[in-house]
Amino acid sequence: MTHPISHHLPAEVIASYAAGSLGQAYSLVVAAHVSMCDTCRAELAAQEAAGGVVLEAIGAASVSAGLLSRTLDRLDDPAPPEPAPPARNGVYPAPVMAALKGRLPKWKAVGGGVKQCVIGGDRDGISRLLFIPPGQAVPDHGHNGLELTLVLQGGFSDATGHFDVGDVEVADAALDHVPTADPGPPCIVVAATDAPLRFNTFLPRLLQPLFGI
Amino acid sequence: MTTDPKPDYSEQTQWMLRIRDQRDKRAFAQLFGFYAPRLKGFVMRAGAPAAQAEDIVQDVLLTVWRKAHMFDPARAQVSSWIYQIARNRQIDVIRKEARPVPEALAIDDETGEDPDGAEVMALEQETDRLRDALAKLAPAQREMIERAYLGELTHTEIRDATGLPLGTIKSRIRLGLDRLRHELKELR
Repeated sequence: MTHPISHHLPAEVIASYAAGSLGQAYSLVVAAHVSMCDTCRAELAAQEAAGGVVLEAIGAASVSAGLLSRTLDRLDDPAPPEPAPPARNGVYPAPVMAALKGRLPKWKAVGGGVKQCVIGGDRDGISRLLFIPPGQAVPDHGHNGLELTLVLQGGFSDATGHFDVGDVEVADAALDHVPTADPGPPCIVVAATDAPLRFNTFLPRLLQPLFGI
Repeated sequence: MTTDPKPDYSEQTQWMLRIRDQRDKRAFAQLFGFYAPRLKGFVMRAGAPAAQAEDIVQDVLLTVWRKAHMFDPARAQVSSWIYQIARNRQIDVIRKEARPVPEALAIDDETGEDPDGAEVMALEQETDRLRDALAKLAPAQREMIERAYLGELTHTEIRDATGLPLGTIKSRIRLGLDRLRHELKELR
């Protein structure tokens, strides 16, 4: 880490990740931010400690008589092969590389020099990488729910502040923001939204179904 | 790392260190005796039917055995570590897709070791405090906390389900991370 991270994840988002109730797309941004931020790594460990306390305190259920011996019998079985998880590659932390299946992103242009690469998604949300040329604004957009945006390279500013590498912006539906990339190296972010981004200008909105954004 | 577990560590930590350092199956059976019924109760509360619950319990405890080398009591208590494995397992089963996990911090055998056990003891004490705090909550509040960590609440619902004081355990863990980062830097 070359400079301190000043924008962190809210505790409840980390708690939801720890408990497994956060959707896959957001979980990816949480895992990527925690990879870069020890403050949030400690928050996650604290939430997991609380989870462990709850696990121990919740009512026990008796297990079948043979379960222990069946488990002991399997201790010497060869462990199922687990492919080594992809490592960090350049600006992409390990969980992002895992979502990319170990390959660097294949960018698709979405206009204005902005490129994107969708890396995951399910009913609950979509995660994507965005590549924003220096000085370029991401088209005016809103979103229907929570949006998490983590800076991997460069930086951006919007009405709420300035975001550097490792910083994460947490936005809700109320925020209509226009992130503009810093001068210098292109800005690369990984972002998760719970719904397709809705662009507020006519042309991008028309193209939205085509690009899947 | 084959030193005997410190006698003042909790039973759970001692079992886990014997599993990690001596591959002790008796210690595994003791750990199983303590955690298997709790895990089963936990995953059933989270919605698994009884038969599937026992499969998950077995998977989780086999993972504990196989990944024991990754256990570091200065960074996570046994209960916290098993909670993580259980959540990952249950999510992988439900979603049929691996949950994104953060990069592991490189722990090499001798680094990250806590020679006098002070960090381990401090973390155990903080965890005891959390246990007391949970026990003292009013029933309705405790129910909300349980639901939060069972994964039944959304992040916005969790925001309102306050009750467990996590500030001191968080600072404690953060200090340990700073020390580890420092050691990793010196190794390079």
